[in-house]
Amino acid sequence: MGIEVKNLVKSFDKKVILDNISFKVEDGKILSIVGFSGSGKSTVLKLISGLIEKDSGEINTSGGDIAMVFQYSALFDSLNVFDNISFALQERKDLRGKFKRKDLERIVAEKLELVGLSGIEDKYPSELSGGMQKRVSFARAIVTEPKIILYDEPTAGLDPISSTLIEDYIVRLKNETNAASIVVTHQMSTIKRTADSVLMLYNGHAVFEGSPQELLEEKTPYTKQFVNASLDGPMKMK
Amino acid sequence: MCGKILHKVRIYYKATYTYKIFRMFLGELESFLTTLGNIALFGLDLLKGLRSFPTTFKEIMAQASRFGVSSLPITLSIVGMTSVIIAMQVAGEMVKQGAGNYVGMLVAILMVREEGVIMAGFAIISMIGSSLASEIATMKVTEQIDAIRVLRVNPVHYLFTPRVIAGTLMMPLVVIVASVFGILGGAVASNWASGLTYKAYFDSVWFGLNMHDLNVCILKSLAFGFVISLISCSCGMEAKDGAKGVGIATTKAVVWSFVAIVILDLIFAAMFFY
Repeated sequence: MGIEVKNLVKSFDKKVILDNISFKVEDGKILSIVGFSGSGKSTVLKLISGLIEKDSGEINTSGGDIAMVFQYSALFDSLNVFDNISFALQERKDLRGKFKRKDLERIVAEKLELVGLSGIEDKYPSELSGGMQKRVSFARAIVTEPKIILYDEPTAGLDPISSTLIEDYIVRLKNETNAASIVVTHQMSTIKRTADSVLMLYNGHAVFEGSPQELLEEKTPYTKQFVNASLDGPMKMK
Repeated sequence: MCGKILHKVRIYYKATYTYKIFRMFLGELESFLTTLGNIALFGLDLLKGLRSFPTTFKEIMAQASRFGVSSLPITLSIVGMTSVIIAMQVAGEMVKQGAGNYVGMLVAILMVREEGVIMAGFAIISMIGSSLASEIATMKVTEQIDAIRVLRVNPVHYLFTPRVIAGTLMMPLVVIVASVFGILGGAVASNWASGLTYKAYFDSVWFGLNMHDLNVCILKSLAFGFVISLISCSCGMEAKDGAKGVGIATTKAVVWSFVAIVILDLIFAAMFFY
């Protein structure tokens, strides 16, 4: 089933951030959520991951773990890469003590290999580049074999080549885990390279839902403005 | 007509300083109650989690070394200087009045009952409490706390437990070392300021101190350690809005801890020495 969101509503200080948002993401598919800064994209991820409470609506998931990759990686800077990746296995109440050191080393090595970073277990986040930190956060996210992976602007602050690499890993992780994924992004390249479907938010409303191809066809004023990065159109910057 | 007048009065009132000060006061009151509530909730969550002991001995030792070793130089300096100042000011006068035999007792009781604990508390707040608050606040504003939550680990159990256990257990050790150092400092200062012999000073110390004082000192320092580490961690968890938020959380942790230990000190004084 993946993720099914129905009539989701969320307000902060009486300001409606999300107003009746509904969408569905099947297992093994990627939904890209796009829109202006402040349009409620990251709020959707925080609601699905349980970091904040919804006002009303339904969020149904297929069960299992939900993983999230944060905008600036959010690696634990006092822990090395090994401890960052194995954090959930070492500290989660239901998993603590279940894995021996050798098992942890094997699992961490597997996940690092999956993101192309073998052999950096002893390094600390401050010793890694932005792109490497992002990939370590991918490895940390998938360590518990999640059924849902949420990416909050995964290519923010990265150079175009690192962005492409990250986009490739998003697709690779989807294929490896068959997880339902949601990628919040501003970047057209990320949408083109990763998304199976796209949801565009503006002022808390869904103004477009369709395939990346339909987005690029610019059939609505919203998609036209977004694709052309134009100031003229129905979406006004505050 | 009446409505219009009321509306104008309301607009006029909203523009006055009284209204602005009242709003500011309400804002501060809300912030105060929120912080108080959060500290209580985090404290309860921490105590609930202690049953499953969600930390390791290694992590507690790491935090204990931070509390004990890192804070010791500044604590010893503050407590040592305080005792020297007290001894310098009173020793000469007491010897002149024929009460030289009570100088050691006075310094020792002051150190064990009050100065050693409160000064060590202030030193730990400045050195360790502020660092705990800023560490956790930085984790909060860089989404590391959110990452812990998403990984289904309770951040209060994971972050607070080793810090609060270490803070609670290390505080009495720091206080004992500081008090002994203070009493020794008092001896040197008394000897230097009034020629009081070391034997007379230490005889007076042994005469004046009793187990009740030491027990209360240890109990009080356990309470101080718990409160300082809990408040510092809790204020850190309240941080928001980037670097500015880290600064605000750190300041709040220091101020709240200072006030809390003074209030606790008053309660202990009323309970055990009144």
